[in-house]
Amino acid sequence: MPFMQNLSNAVVLASTYILMAVGLTMVYGVLKVLHIAQAAVYTIGAFIGLLVFTWVGNFWLALAAAMLISGVIGVLIYRLTYHYMLDAPRTVPLIASIGMFVMFTDLLQKDFLMGPYQKALPAGGAGLPAVKTAWFSLAPKQLLILVVTAVLLVAVYFILTRTRIGLGWQAAAMDRDMAAAVGVNLNRVIAFNFFLGSALAGAAGVLVGVYNNSVFATMGDLPSYKAFIIIVLGGMGSLPGTIVASLLLAIVENFLVASIGYVLPRDAIAFLVLILMLMFRPHGLFGQE
Amino acid sequence: MIIGGYVISVAVFVGIWVTLALSLNILTGYAGQVSLGHAAFFGIGAYTSAILSLRYGLPFWADLLGAIVVTGLVGMVLGLPSLRVRHDFLVLATMGINFVVVAVFKYVDFFGGAMGLVNIPAPSILGYSFRGGTPYLLLVWAFAFLTWLVSWYVSRTWTGLAFNILRIDEDAAAAVGVSVPRFKVYAFCISAALAGGAGSLYGHFIGSVFPDTFAFVESIAILSMVIFGGVGTLRGPILGAIILKAAPELLRVVGSYRFTLYGGLLVLMMLFQPMGLLGDDSFLWRNLTRFFHRRPEAEEVVS
Repeated sequence: MPFMQNLSNAVVLASTYILMAVGLTMVYGVLKVLHIAQAAVYTIGAFIGLLVFTWVGNFWLALAAAMLISGVIGVLIYRLTYHYMLDAPRTVPLIASIGMFVMFTDLLQKDFLMGPYQKALPAGGAGLPAVKTAWFSLAPKQLLILVVTAVLLVAVYFILTRTRIGLGWQAAAMDRDMAAAVGVNLNRVIAFNFFLGSALAGAAGVLVGVYNNSVFATMGDLPSYKAFIIIVLGGMGSLPGTIVASLLLAIVENFLVASIGYVLPRDAIAFLVLILMLMFRPHGLFGQE
Repeated sequence: MIIGGYVISVAVFVGIWVTLALSLNILTGYAGQVSLGHAAFFGIGAYTSAILSLRYGLPFWADLLGAIVVTGLVGMVLGLPSLRVRHDFLVLATMGINFVVVAVFKYVDFFGGAMGLVNIPAPSILGYSFRGGTPYLLLVWAFAFLTWLVSWYVSRTWTGLAFNILRIDEDAAAAVGVSVPRFKVYAFCISAALAGGAGSLYGHFIGSVFPDTFAFVESIAILSMVIFGGVGTLRGPILGAIILKAAPELLRVVGSYRFTLYGGLLVLMMLFQPMGLLGDDSFLWRNLTRFFHRRPEAEEVVS
């Protein structure tokens, strides 16, 4: 049945959006910074995954390496830039973020890194089987994305609700100064936040690279802009809102855009949605004034 | 295509980008509305002028005027999101506007699609053709000077004062009776109109316009120039545009790493000199002014 098939495709698409947007939402929640440079981390994650997979040939190892290195890069980005801009006007870290994004993307296109080509990442479904039911079927690749996303989200949930540093993050997201006053180590919490968010973005990069069997230097552009649409839709800084908004955007793209997509490409429509949202519901679909 | 020597064409480009940087400065530097969609206005001007010239056969000066008027009006409309969102989310909205405008250029047949619009005639005014490089160079820089004059004039009027308080504190502006929506729309309109003029000059110089010329990265380049030079000053954007536009053209190493340079500069400026090289109270400007002010003071002490 095409409806269920469309829906399951949308959920797969939404999974990659969620991995990208959760990190951005966490950063926005604590620092109020729109971390555009995360798009570069996503691409770097895909690149690391490609390198490790080419060397070792094991998808899980490639995923782990990509997440680890992406996380470290995320922490470095924070320590070297945003850390010094916490009290500056909000456009200062934003412009620095855009600068980093442009710089990384340009550097990645050079021949000594990725070059301006698409490269294949033929991990297939990493040994997972195909799923076939009466209503929908999932290719091994799609199942892989769903499984990895589900595992990572459960892990994030447990880290944020059951560990000391996760509770520290929740406190910092409510009120940074107050959290610091009651003894939360803000430096550690924020660094951890960047590690987690960037690792998730790196995982998203690898998964999308495997899914499309292609990795290239500018692959981060569109997902990152869409991640911002999701943050706005989801009400900025709310993790459940982010997940619902990811699903919503993916479903809208899969169903609605298929019928009016001939007027403008789907990405332009996504941006129109963003502009209209910002104008008429700037606090998100579920947010309150 | 009118190219009178490589250096002249580089100088023409620099002049156009000086205009763009100065026009963005009115919006971002004066009125405090950071925009990452300025290349969209540049593109709207270029496309308006190209269409007026190709489809309606209008002369050059009419294209230029038309581009300024149309882009100014479109700028007013596209500035409307700024009435609802502030700061970083306005940046997102302008970024989105840039993408949508480029997508419209690319996918709507009226605008020539991905193939762009070509064979725009060389400009001429009252029968005098600007076919040579140097006259056109003068024209472009005359327009850059006009943009500078507008910036200078605006900064000295009541509108300029309103922009100032808008940038510093919107709530305070509303509290003292400055109509925030009105002046935001003014800022977008003036800024867009001047960028539209630059677009017309660009289209007539190159002889063709393509959607990707006006993509989001060009907005980043223009913003880099304003911020690098000194946002909110009359001198800064000129210096920023001259250095950042000429360097990639003249130095090959810089040319192939153009966006690494722009991006890296944005990060470094935000870290160490958020006010820009020649901004008020920047390291360079402080020392320059001190250097030029010390001598008269010293003479006074001696006498």
